[in-house]
Amino acid sequence: MSKFELPQLPYKFDALEPHIDARTMEIHHGKHHAAYVANLNKAVEGTDMEKLSLEELLKNISKYPAAVRNNGGGHFNHSLFWTLMGPNKGGQPSGDLLSAINSEFGSFDSFKEKFSAAAATRFGSGWAWLTISNGKLAVSSTPNQDNPLMDVAEVKGTPILGLDVWEHAYYLHYQNRRPDYISAFWNVINWDEAARRFKEAK
Amino acid sequence: MAITLPELPFAKNSLEPYISERTLEFHYGKHHNAYVVNCSKLIENTELQNEPLEVIIKKSAGNASMAGIFNNSAQVWNHSFYWNCIKPNGGGAPTGKAAELINKDFGSFEKFVEEFKNAAATQFGSGWAWLVQKDGKLQIMKTPNADTPMVHGAKALLTIDVWEHAYYLDYQNRRPDYITTFVEKLINWDFVNSNIE
Repeated sequence: MSKFELPQLPYKFDALEPHIDARTMEIHHGKHHAAYVANLNKAVEGTDMEKLSLEELLKNISKYPAAVRNNGGGHFNHSLFWTLMGPNKGGQPSGDLLSAINSEFGSFDSFKEKFSAAAATRFGSGWAWLTISNGKLAVSSTPNQDNPLMDVAEVKGTPILGLDVWEHAYYLHYQNRRPDYISAFWNVINWDEAARRFKEAK
Repeated sequence: MAITLPELPFAKNSLEPYISERTLEFHYGKHHNAYVVNCSKLIENTELQNEPLEVIIKKSAGNASMAGIFNNSAQVWNHSFYWNCIKPNGGGAPTGKAAELINKDFGSFEKFVEEFKNAAATQFGSGWAWLVQKDGKLQIMKTPNADTPMVHGAKALLTIDVWEHAYYLDYQNRRPDYITTFVEKLINWDFVNSNIE
Protein backbone atom coordinates (compact mmCIF):
# COMPACT_ATOMS: atom_id res chain seq x y z
CA MET A 1 0.00 0.00 0.00
CA SER A 2 1.22 3.47 -0.77
CA LYS A 3 2.01 5.63 2.20
CA PHE A 4 0.47 8.84 0.92
CA GLU A 5 -2.95 9.01 -0.70
CA LEU A 6 -4.85 11.57 -2.74
CA PRO A 7 -7.64 12.94 -0.52
CA GLN A 8 -11.11 13.20 -1.99
CA LEU A 9 -12.15 16.67 -3.00
CA PRO A 10 -14.64 17.78 -0.27
CA TYR A 11 -17.09 19.04 -2.96
CA LYS A 12 -17.90 18.44 -6.63
CA PHE A 13 -15.60 19.66 -9.41
CA ASP A 14 -18.17 22.27 -10.45
CA ALA A 15 -18.97 23.44 -6.91
CA LEU A 16 -16.75 26.54 -7.13
CA GLU A 17 -18.16 27.77 -10.46
CA PRO A 18 -18.07 30.46 -11.79
CA HIS A 19 -15.03 31.46 -9.72
CA ILE A 20 -13.04 28.31 -10.38
CA ASP A 21 -14.26 26.18 -13.27
CA ALA A 22 -14.92 22.42 -13.14
CA ARG A 23 -12.30 21.56 -15.79
CA THR A 24 -9.58 23.36 -13.84
CA MET A 25 -10.59 21.57 -10.63
CA GLU A 26 -10.68 18.19 -12.34
CA ILE A 27 -7.17 18.54 -13.80
CA HIS A 28 -5.77 20.33 -10.76
CA HIS A 29 -6.95 17.64 -8.32
CA GLY A 30 -6.99 14.57 -10.55
CA LYS A 31 -3.73 15.20 -12.44
CA HIS A 32 -1.47 17.72 -10.69
CA HIS A 33 -2.22 16.78 -7.08
CA ALA A 34 -2.34 13.07 -7.97
CA ALA A 35 1.11 13.34 -9.58
CA TYR A 36 2.58 14.96 -6.45
CA VAL A 37 1.21 12.07 -4.37
CA ALA A 38 2.54 9.41 -6.76
CA ASN A 39 5.97 11.06 -7.00
CA LEU A 40 6.18 11.58 -3.24
CA ASN A 41 5.47 7.89 -2.67
CA LYS A 42 8.15 7.01 -5.20
CA ALA A 43 10.65 9.32 -3.50
CA VAL A 44 10.21 7.91 0.02
CA GLU A 45 9.62 4.25 -0.84
CA GLY A 46 12.17 1.91 0.71
CA THR A 47 13.92 4.70 2.64
CA ASP A 48 13.88 5.83 6.28
CA MET A 49 11.69 8.73 5.19
CA GLU A 50 8.84 6.24 4.90
CA LYS A 51 8.56 6.15 8.69
CA LEU A 52 7.98 9.89 8.97
CA SER A 53 4.77 11.86 8.68
CA LEU A 54 4.44 14.52 6.00
CA GLU A 55 4.69 17.26 8.65
CA GLU A 56 7.88 15.70 10.04
CA LEU A 57 9.39 15.61 6.56
CA LEU A 58 8.46 19.23 5.85
CA LYS A 59 9.85 20.49 9.16
CA ASN A 60 13.36 19.27 8.24
CA ILE A 61 12.97 19.48 4.48
CA SER A 62 16.48 20.87 3.94
CA LYS A 63 17.82 17.40 4.90
CA TYR A 64 15.82 15.56 2.25
CA PRO A 65 16.06 15.25 -1.55
CA ALA A 66 14.49 17.85 -3.86
CA ALA A 67 11.87 15.30 -4.96
CA VAL A 68 10.55 15.15 -1.38
CA ARG A 69 10.53 18.93 -1.04
CA ASN A 70 8.73 19.44 -4.35
CA ASN A 71 6.24 16.59 -4.12
CA GLY A 72 5.81 16.60 -0.34
CA GLY A 73 5.14 20.33 -0.49
CA GLY A 74 2.83 19.80 -3.46
CA HIS A 75 0.84 17.14 -1.61
CA PHE A 76 0.54 19.14 1.62
CA ASN A 77 -0.29 22.45 -0.06
CA HIS A 78 -3.00 21.05 -2.33
CA SER A 79 -4.59 18.93 0.43
CA LEU A 80 -4.84 22.10 2.52
CA PHE A 81 -6.00 24.29 -0.38
CA TRP A 82 -9.05 22.13 -1.17
CA THR A 83 -10.30 22.39 2.42
CA LEU A 84 -9.92 26.17 2.45
CA MET A 85 -12.49 26.63 -0.31
CA GLY A 86 -16.10 25.68 -0.75
CA PRO A 87 -19.39 26.55 -2.46
CA ASN A 88 -21.40 29.43 -0.97
CA LYS A 89 -18.44 30.65 1.03
CA GLY A 90 -16.42 33.85 0.94
CA GLY A 91 -17.25 36.96 2.90
CA GLN A 92 -15.30 37.62 6.06
CA PRO A 93 -14.14 35.54 8.99
CA SER A 94 -15.75 36.15 12.38
CA GLY A 95 -14.80 35.80 16.03
CA ASP A 96 -11.19 35.42 17.15
CA LEU A 97 -9.71 35.18 13.67
CA LEU A 98 -11.34 38.44 12.58
CA SER A 99 -10.16 40.15 15.78
CA ALA A 100 -6.62 38.90 15.20
CA ILE A 101 -6.70 40.08 11.55
CA ASN A 102 -7.98 43.50 12.62
CA SER A 103 -5.37 43.88 15.30
CA GLU A 104 -2.48 42.71 13.08
CA PHE A 105 -3.40 44.39 9.78
CA GLY A 106 -5.65 47.27 10.89
CA SER A 107 -8.72 45.97 9.04
CA PHE A 108 -9.97 43.05 7.01
CA ASP A 109 -9.65 45.16 3.84
CA SER A 110 -6.04 46.00 4.47
CA PHE A 111 -5.30 42.30 5.15
CA LYS A 112 -7.06 41.45 1.89
CA GLU A 113 -4.93 43.99 0.06
CA LYS A 114 -1.71 42.65 1.57
CA PHE A 115 -2.55 39.00 0.87
CA SER A 116 -3.63 39.81 -2.71
CA ALA A 117 -0.38 41.70 -3.31
CA ALA A 118 1.66 38.76 -2.02
CA ALA A 119 -0.20 36.48 -4.43
CA ALA A 120 0.12 38.88 -7.38
CA THR A 121 3.83 39.60 -6.96
CA ARG A 122 5.08 36.04 -6.44
CA PHE A 123 7.10 35.78 -9.67
CA GLY A 124 6.74 32.41 -11.40
CA SER A 125 5.05 29.53 -9.57
CA GLY A 126 4.20 29.55 -5.88
CA TRP A 127 1.76 30.21 -3.05
CA ALA A 128 0.55 33.12 -0.93
CA TRP A 129 -0.01 32.45 2.78
CA LEU A 130 -1.58 33.72 5.96
CA THR A 131 0.31 32.06 8.80
CA ILE A 132 0.68 32.16 12.53
CA SER A 133 4.32 32.92 12.95
CA ASN A 134 5.68 33.30 16.50
CA GLY A 135 2.16 33.76 17.82
CA LYS A 136 1.28 36.50 15.31
CA LEU A 137 -0.52 36.54 11.99
CA ALA A 138 1.73 37.18 8.98
CA VAL A 139 1.32 37.36 5.19
CA SER A 140 4.01 35.85 2.99
CA SER A 141 4.59 33.93 -0.21
CA THR A 142 6.77 30.96 -1.15
CA PRO A 143 8.18 29.77 -4.48
CA ASN A 144 7.12 26.56 -6.21
CA GLN A 145 5.70 24.04 -3.67
CA ASP A 146 7.50 25.37 -0.60
CA ASN A 147 5.37 26.29 2.41
CA PRO A 148 5.68 27.93 5.84
CA LEU A 149 6.12 24.57 7.60
CA MET A 150 9.45 24.04 5.83
CA ASP A 151 12.70 24.94 7.53
CA VAL A 152 13.74 26.69 4.31
CA ALA A 153 10.81 29.14 4.38
CA GLU A 154 11.54 32.84 4.91
CA VAL A 155 8.43 33.19 7.10
CA LYS A 156 8.00 29.99 9.12
CA GLY A 157 4.80 29.13 10.91
CA THR A 158 1.46 27.34 10.67
CA PRO A 159 -0.52 28.13 7.53
CA ILE A 160 -4.07 29.37 8.17
CA LEU A 161 -4.92 30.27 4.57
CA GLY A 162 -3.10 29.48 1.30
CA LEU A 163 -3.63 30.45 -2.32
CA ASP A 164 -2.09 28.52 -5.21
CA VAL A 165 -0.69 30.92 -7.84
CA TRP A 166 0.87 28.34 -10.12
CA GLU A 167 -0.48 29.08 -13.59
CA HIS A 168 -2.12 25.63 -13.64
CA ALA A 169 -4.44 26.84 -10.85
CA TYR A 170 -6.07 29.46 -13.08
CA TYR A 171 -4.80 29.45 -16.66
CA LEU A 172 -7.71 27.64 -18.38
CA HIS A 173 -10.17 30.18 -17.00
CA TYR A 174 -8.16 33.37 -16.43
CA GLN A 175 -5.06 32.98 -18.66
CA ASN A 176 -2.65 35.86 -17.93
CA ARG A 177 -5.16 37.61 -15.63
CA ARG A 178 -3.83 36.37 -12.30
CA PRO A 179 -5.28 39.40 -10.46
CA ASP A 180 -8.81 38.40 -11.55
CA TYR A 181 -8.26 34.89 -10.18
CA ILE A 182 -7.02 36.35 -6.90
CA SER A 183 -10.15 38.55 -6.65
CA ALA A 184 -12.37 35.54 -7.35
CA PHE A 185 -10.68 33.51 -4.60
CA TRP A 186 -12.28 35.78 -1.95
CA ASN A 187 -15.70 34.45 -3.03
CA VAL A 188 -14.84 30.82 -2.25
CA ILE A 189 -12.74 31.03 0.93
CA ASN A 190 -13.93 28.65 3.64
CA TRP A 191 -13.40 30.91 6.67
CA ASP A 192 -14.78 28.27 9.05
CA GLU A 193 -11.87 26.00 8.17
CA ALA A 194 -9.38 28.87 8.41
CA ALA A 195 -10.82 29.78 11.85
CA ARG A 196 -10.55 26.16 12.98
CA ARG A 197 -6.89 26.08 11.92
CA PHE A 198 -6.29 29.39 13.66
CA LYS A 199 -7.78 28.13 16.93
CA GLU A 200 -5.76 24.94 16.76
CA ALA A 201 -2.48 26.71 16.03
CA LYS A 202 -2.83 29.54 18.51
CA MET B 1 17.58 52.21 -26.31
CA ALA B 2 13.90 51.56 -26.01
CA ILE B 3 12.75 48.09 -25.07
CA THR B 4 10.30 46.92 -27.70
CA LEU B 5 8.15 43.91 -28.49
CA PRO B 6 9.63 42.34 -31.63
CA GLU B 7 7.34 41.07 -34.38
CA LEU B 8 6.61 37.36 -34.22
CA PRO B 9 8.70 35.69 -36.96
CA PHE B 10 5.66 33.64 -38.12
CA ALA B 11 1.88 33.98 -38.35
CA LYS B 12 0.06 33.32 -35.06
CA ASN B 13 -1.87 30.40 -36.54
CA SER B 14 1.08 28.86 -38.37
CA LEU B 15 2.19 26.55 -35.55
CA GLU B 16 -1.22 24.84 -35.34
CA PRO B 17 -1.99 22.19 -34.21
CA TYR B 18 1.20 22.02 -32.13
CA ILE B 19 0.92 25.46 -30.54
CA SER B 20 -2.48 27.09 -30.96
CA GLU B 21 -3.16 30.60 -32.14
CA ARG B 22 -4.93 31.20 -28.83
CA THR B 23 -1.80 30.26 -26.88
CA LEU B 24 0.27 32.66 -28.97
CA GLU B 25 -2.27 35.44 -28.56
CA PHE B 26 -1.76 35.28 -24.82
CA HIS B 27 1.86 34.21 -24.73
CA TYR B 28 3.10 36.82 -27.17
CA GLY B 29 0.37 39.47 -26.99
CA LYS B 30 -0.09 39.46 -23.20
CA HIS B 31 2.81 37.81 -21.37
CA HIS B 32 5.70 38.91 -23.59
CA ASN B 33 4.12 42.32 -24.04
CA ALA B 34 3.68 42.74 -20.26
CA TYR B 35 7.39 42.03 -19.72
CA VAL B 36 8.23 44.72 -22.30
CA VAL B 37 5.87 47.25 -20.71
CA ASN B 38 7.02 46.48 -17.14
CA CYS B 39 10.70 46.55 -18.05
CA SER B 40 10.32 49.91 -19.79
CA LYS B 41 8.49 51.33 -16.78
CA LEU B 42 11.08 50.03 -14.31
CA ILE B 43 14.12 51.46 -16.13
CA GLU B 44 12.53 54.81 -16.88
CA ASN B 45 14.63 57.66 -15.48
CA THR B 46 17.30 55.28 -14.19
CA GLU B 47 20.84 54.89 -15.42
CA LEU B 48 19.70 51.79 -17.34
CA GLN B 49 17.19 53.74 -19.43
CA ASN B 50 19.32 53.95 -22.55
CA GLU B 51 21.22 50.71 -22.22
CA PRO B 52 20.76 47.76 -24.58
CA LEU B 53 18.66 44.87 -23.22
CA GLU B 54 21.68 42.59 -22.64
CA VAL B 55 23.37 45.23 -20.50
CA ILE B 56 20.21 45.72 -18.43
CA ILE B 57 19.99 41.97 -17.85
CA LYS B 58 23.64 41.60 -16.86
CA LYS B 59 23.67 44.67 -14.61
CA SER B 60 20.53 43.64 -12.72
CA ALA B 61 21.40 39.93 -12.36
CA GLY B 62 22.00 38.72 -8.81
CA ASN B 63 21.00 42.05 -7.29
CA ALA B 64 17.98 41.57 -4.98
CA SER B 65 17.02 45.25 -5.14
CA MET B 66 16.82 44.98 -8.95
CA ALA B 67 14.86 41.71 -9.08
CA GLY B 68 11.93 43.34 -10.89
CA ILE B 69 14.19 44.75 -13.58
CA PHE B 70 16.02 41.46 -13.98
CA ASN B 71 12.84 39.38 -14.14
CA ASN B 72 11.20 41.58 -16.74
CA SER B 73 14.25 42.31 -18.89
CA ALA B 74 15.41 38.69 -18.95
CA GLN B 75 11.89 37.54 -19.81
CA VAL B 76 11.80 40.03 -22.70
CA TRP B 77 15.03 38.52 -24.03
CA ASN B 78 14.07 34.88 -23.33
CA HIS B 79 10.76 35.21 -25.18
CA SER B 80 12.23 37.04 -28.18
CA PHE B 81 14.82 34.26 -28.38
CA TYR B 82 12.19 31.52 -27.97
CA TRP B 83 10.09 32.78 -30.91
CA ASN B 84 13.13 32.46 -33.13
CA CYS B 85 13.76 28.91 -31.93
CA ILE B 86 10.46 27.66 -33.39
CA LYS B 87 8.91 27.72 -36.86
CA PRO B 88 6.22 26.02 -38.93
CA ASN B 89 7.50 22.72 -40.39
CA GLY B 90 10.44 22.72 -38.01
CA GLY B 91 11.78 19.99 -35.75
CA GLY B 92 13.55 16.76 -36.49
CA ALA B 93 17.29 16.32 -36.82
CA PRO B 94 19.63 19.26 -37.34
CA THR B 95 22.03 19.75 -40.26
CA GLY B 96 25.31 21.63 -40.59
CA LYS B 97 27.32 22.83 -37.63
CA ALA B 98 24.62 21.98 -35.06
CA ALA B 99 24.50 18.36 -36.26
CA GLU B 100 28.27 18.10 -36.15
CA LEU B 101 28.70 19.61 -32.68
CA ILE B 102 25.76 17.70 -31.19
CA ASN B 103 27.29 14.42 -32.35
CA LYS B 104 30.66 15.48 -31.00
CA ASP B 105 29.50 16.73 -27.58
CA PHE B 106 26.51 14.43 -26.87
CA GLY B 107 27.52 11.30 -28.80
CA SER B 108 24.39 11.30 -30.94
CA PHE B 109 21.29 13.34 -31.76
CA GLU B 110 19.19 10.83 -29.78
CA LYS B 111 21.34 11.37 -26.72
CA PHE B 112 20.95 15.14 -27.06
CA VAL B 113 17.17 14.78 -27.38
CA GLU B 114 17.06 12.65 -24.24
CA GLU B 115 19.05 15.17 -22.19
CA PHE B 116 17.18 18.19 -23.53
CA LYS B 117 13.78 16.58 -22.87
CA ASN B 118 14.85 15.55 -19.40
CA ALA B 119 15.97 19.08 -18.50
CA ALA B 120 12.69 20.55 -19.79
CA ALA B 121 10.58 17.97 -17.94
CA THR B 122 12.42 18.30 -14.62
CA GLN B 123 12.66 22.10 -14.36
CA PHE B 124 10.30 22.26 -11.36
CA GLY B 125 7.87 25.15 -11.51
CA SER B 126 8.35 27.91 -14.05
CA GLY B 127 11.47 28.15 -16.19
CA TRP B 128 13.38 27.26 -19.31
CA ALA B 129 15.56 24.48 -20.75
CA TRP B 130 18.45 25.36 -23.04
CA LEU B 131 21.08 24.13 -25.42
CA VAL B 132 24.07 26.38 -24.77
CA GLN B 133 27.65 26.79 -25.84
CA LYS B 134 29.97 27.11 -22.85
CA ASP B 135 33.74 26.74 -22.65
CA GLY B 136 33.78 25.64 -26.28
CA LYS B 137 31.27 22.83 -25.75
CA LEU B 138 27.57 22.31 -26.32
CA GLN B 139 25.74 21.66 -23.06
CA ILE B 140 22.21 21.32 -21.69
CA MET B 141 21.10 23.79 -19.06
CA LYS B 142 17.87 24.55 -17.20
CA THR B 143 16.98 27.80 -15.47
CA PRO B 144 14.15 28.80 -13.08
CA ASN B 145 11.72 31.66 -13.73
CA ALA B 146 13.47 34.42 -15.74
CA ASP B 147 17.03 33.17 -15.28
CA THR B 148 19.00 33.04 -18.52
CA PRO B 149 22.34 31.57 -19.76
CA MET B 150 24.09 34.87 -20.52
CA VAL B 151 24.46 35.59 -16.80
CA HIS B 152 26.11 32.20 -16.32
CA GLY B 153 28.81 32.66 -18.92
CA ALA B 154 26.98 30.59 -21.51
CA LYS B 155 25.74 31.44 -24.99
CA ALA B 156 22.17 30.35 -25.71
CA LEU B 157 21.68 28.31 -28.88
CA LEU B 158 18.15 26.93 -28.36
CA THR B 159 15.44 27.22 -25.72
CA ILE B 160 12.07 25.80 -24.73
CA ASP B 161 9.78 27.78 -22.44
CA VAL B 162 8.37 25.49 -19.74
CA TRP B 163 6.36 28.08 -17.85
CA GLU B 164 2.86 26.58 -17.75
CA HIS B 165 1.54 29.55 -19.76
CA ALA B 166 3.57 28.29 -22.75
CA TYR B 167 1.56 25.09 -23.04
CA TYR B 168 -1.34 24.95 -20.62
CA LEU B 169 -4.18 25.85 -23.02
CA ASP B 170 -3.00 23.19 -25.48
CA TYR B 171 -1.51 20.47 -23.25
CA GLN B 172 -2.65 21.22 -19.64
CA ASN B 173 -0.61 19.03 -17.25
CA ARG B 174 0.98 17.07 -20.11
CA ARG B 175 4.27 18.96 -20.27
CA PRO B 176 6.10 15.92 -21.74
CA ASP B 177 3.78 15.96 -24.78
CA TYR B 178 4.55 19.64 -25.39
CA ILE B 179 8.28 18.94 -25.11
CA THR B 180 8.15 16.01 -27.56
CA THR B 181 6.14 18.07 -30.03
CA PHE B 182 8.59 20.95 -29.70
CA VAL B 183 11.51 18.66 -30.59
CA GLU B 184 9.78 16.77 -33.38
CA LYS B 185 7.76 19.53 -35.06
CA LEU B 186 8.94 23.01 -34.09
CA ILE B 187 12.70 23.54 -33.61
CA ASN B 188 14.20 26.02 -36.06
CA TRP B 189 17.64 24.46 -36.58
CA ASP B 190 18.70 27.24 -39.00
CA PHE B 191 18.38 29.68 -36.11
CA VAL B 192 20.34 27.34 -33.81
CA ASN B 193 23.09 27.13 -36.45
CA SER B 194 23.21 30.91 -36.71
CA ASN B 195 23.90 31.15 -32.96
CA ILE B 196 26.89 28.80 -32.93
CA GLU B 197 30.19 30.57 -32.48
